[in-house]
Amino acid sequence: MFGQFDFGVITRNLPYLIKVGMAFTIELTILVIVLGIVFGTLLAMMRLSSIKVLSAFATAYINLMRSVPLVLVIFWFYFLVPYIGAWIIRSPTPVRVGAFLSSVITYSMFEAAYYAEIMRAGIQSIPRGQVWAGYALGLNYWQTTARIVLPQAFRNMVPILLTQTIVMFQDTSLVYVLSITDFLGAASKIAERDGRYVEMYIFAAVVYFVICVVISFLVRRLQRRIAIIR
Amino acid sequence: MAMIEIRNVSKWYGSFQVLTDCTTSVEKGEVIVVCGPSGSGKSTLIKAVNALEPVQKGEIVVDGVKVNDPKTNLPKLRARVGMVFQHFELFPHLTVRQNLSLAQALVLGRPQHEADERGLKYLDRVGLIDQKDKFPGQLSGGQQQRVAIARALSMDPICMLFDEPTSALDPEMINEVLEVMQKLATEGMTMMVVTHEMGFANRVANRVIFMDAGHIVEDASKAEFFGKPRSERAQQFLAKILHH
Repeated sequence: MFGQFDFGVITRNLPYLIKVGMAFTIELTILVIVLGIVFGTLLAMMRLSSIKVLSAFATAYINLMRSVPLVLVIFWFYFLVPYIGAWIIRSPTPVRVGAFLSSVITYSMFEAAYYAEIMRAGIQSIPRGQVWAGYALGLNYWQTTARIVLPQAFRNMVPILLTQTIVMFQDTSLVYVLSITDFLGAASKIAERDGRYVEMYIFAAVVYFVICVVISFLVRRLQRRIAIIR
Repeated sequence: MAMIEIRNVSKWYGSFQVLTDCTTSVEKGEVIVVCGPSGSGKSTLIKAVNALEPVQKGEIVVDGVKVNDPKTNLPKLRARVGMVFQHFELFPHLTVRQNLSLAQALVLGRPQHEADERGLKYLDRVGLIDQKDKFPGQLSGGQQQRVAIARALSMDPICMLFDEPTSALDPEMINEVLEVMQKLATEGMTMMVVTHEMGFANRVANRVIFMDAGHIVEDASKAEFFGKPRSERAQQFLAKILHH
């Protein structure tokens, strides 16, 4: 039944699909994992802080980001960031922010809200006695957080961080609204140009599937290596 | 001057008063045991000594430094006061060796090899040098508590606080921990120990403090306390505990 299909279209366009499309998708994903978890952890610490202003800000931020669709946030940041940039450096004209930088900022800020809730649960899962033990040895708040609480919180949360990361990896395909060519965008362009919709979209689905399976496998191995022995 | 001074200390959780006007002191080299029924505030009192539990009224002074003063450098003070917890609180993601050296390096600024050496010296003294590369989860409760004592000692504390150090242990492991504590006491360490181990109190303590419902009901020498406690509540408590 696949007689009229031409899967050769994939191999012929593989360099473009990988070097342009997949390169962007992976670059964006990795940057957002790193920035998102760093911002997210800071947000979680703020939300759990006893300083009211910090926790109110973090709570408002997290709730806002989690109740708005990602596509809306992408548009919003794309049009807003140039003006915020201009305001920060006091420029009379909007700052030109490339689509790539704009998407990195958007996804990081958006995912940070989700990572923050995961890290918050992780931090709260650490018994209070661990914090006491750190303080009793003379460690200050930052030392206790960085050396005792976060390493354990992070290990406990690896499976959920993975789930969120896989969702985020798939959501990177939404950058098409900024006319950026990610992997799915590259596949679509070829599909339209050559009229090979079925082939290209099957290929894209298989690639996303394989990558997610491989990431899951690698993270599970990592998780076993860093697991806390109980 | 006493090593630990507790003067008229009161503490509330919301409207519930956990400590009421507690006053006592621990002299240098002295071992005092704090006992009393659960919920009597003894754990809260000992945690107030190194400000893990803030108090709202009164004054706590350790080695001349006022603990409940916003100007006090708490980490610096706590680094000099060793504490051992009911649930050991070793850091499960670090090996025994790393547990022993972390605070030495981070807080006292000791070079890593020096911190390691010192930690292992105390690990040897609690008889667990073979376990240095294991993780806490691979040790028994009694072993974990001995590592926790070694960890506190590695900081060269001026006094040690023990918060029910044997309450979470299986009966056969209690003695190995009490032996380490007893050895420490004979070496002259200043110790404040919250415990139900009346045998330990009888062998080691200079003084016994009995608490009930947030009050220090009895603060007496060992002989006095075990001979004939003045308060009826202490008599009842002793009768219950000793007849087991």
